[in-house]
Amino acid sequence: MTILNNKVAIIDLEIGNIGSIFRALKKIDCNPFLCENKNSFFTASHIILPGVGSFDYGMSKLIEKKLYEPLVESIEKNKIPFLGICLGMQLLATKGFENDNETNGLNLVPGNVDKIKIKNKLKLPHMGWNEVSQVKKSQLFENIENDKDFYFVHSYTFDPEDKSVVVSQTDYGDQFVSTIAKDNIYGVQFHPEKSLDNGISLLKNFLKC
Amino acid sequence: MLKLRIIPTLLFNNLKLVKGISFNSWRTVGSIIQSVRLYNLRKVDELILLDISATNQNNKIDLELVNEVASECFMPLTFGGGIKTIQDISNLLKAGADKICINTEATKNLDLVKEACEIFGSQCIDVSIDYKKNKNNEIEIYSNSGKIKTNLVFEDYIKKIENIGAGEIILTSIDRDGTMKGYDFETISYVSRVINLPVIASGGAGEFDDIYNLVKNSEISGLAAASIYHFTDKTPLDLKKFLISKNIPIRL
Repeated sequence: MTILNNKVAIIDLEIGNIGSIFRALKKIDCNPFLCENKNSFFTASHIILPGVGSFDYGMSKLIEKKLYEPLVESIEKNKIPFLGICLGMQLLATKGFENDNETNGLNLVPGNVDKIKIKNKLKLPHMGWNEVSQVKKSQLFENIENDKDFYFVHSYTFDPEDKSVVVSQTDYGDQFVSTIAKDNIYGVQFHPEKSLDNGISLLKNFLKC
Repeated sequence: MLKLRIIPTLLFNNLKLVKGISFNSWRTVGSIIQSVRLYNLRKVDELILLDISATNQNNKIDLELVNEVASECFMPLTFGGGIKTIQDISNLLKAGADKICINTEATKNLDLVKEACEIFGSQCIDVSIDYKKNKNNEIEIYSNSGKIKTNLVFEDYIKKIENIGAGEIILTSIDRDGTMKGYDFETISYVSRVINLPVIASGGAGEFDDIYNLVKNSEISGLAAASIYHFTDKTPLDLKKFLISKNIPIRL
């Protein structure tokens, strides 16, 4: 299947690295567009929710821009392939605990988002290149070797209740979940748009979903 | 395992790529876009791009340049220079920067850094500190690209930066900058031990054995350098291969 005609809706929470994800998608010749309102979802072949930023601020932006309900509907009912990147993956959770707030997430993949527990002099944020160890086969990693380095930058991790959604893990003090897949829903804790060739391959793979 | 980052720093001044010694004697060393393209091809871990004239000439942040650079850059890009407001940060992230780094404004108003961390998340807010050591070996912090000495107390300042939730500290010794005589081992290793944030060493990168010594005896997360890549035949890949031969975790 060609990815050339894909119309990829990028959700702008006004806190994410929107520019980076646009560029990466243009590099692979697909058509990203900014998701401004609920009508944007009707023409989308794929949806990407990128993000740096905090959980509570991210959720409040989704609600403020009236994108919360159309997004859930597009994913759950219309089964449009969805990729959450970093914060975008975390927002799939039931609850997030950040900035001393407990915030409700999209609850599309039940589980909680919590701060990484520091031990052995580890630094926070977890920032830099780290190995992604695939524990389950997924189309996202087609033609990507196991244990390749991807770029991470985050202080919080997502712990899904149902461990069968876990596609990859990464080691930072403890193993944490670095990729999830559930039906048409995908989430990565790392930044494929900033992970050079392997990241670009992963984005291509998502667009074939 | 998390890898040590090897980070070329690109300094520019009115669109020209420059490099100086101790924040002086600036030389033009080429075109920004060409360098970024080259570093992308060489697959470096990250790039730091600093506009050294923005604050002092009160220039607007060149978003078009950031946009152009980011189009060539599929690795993390940190931008610094002239950042004064939340809107500046939002614009830069939109233009394609992944992290932003605040120096002069942080010395005056740490509340801006705090607010930025709350809105954008710690992970994209770096604070950069330029410092010199005086005769009594005390550390003095400078702002405005090394032009203005502040009254900040170094130990307090780094602790405050950590406490308000910044994501990373880039520590540059003005004395060592551009000399290629080795990083300031004492200060960098100290900060990397007392601060629980990633610390990037900057200023003076030279002999690989010295660099290895710093990595081995500190808790740093990254090595920023400019002169050795501009003015010698050493590349980031050479440094990576050297450190791998010493069993340091590095991404190839």
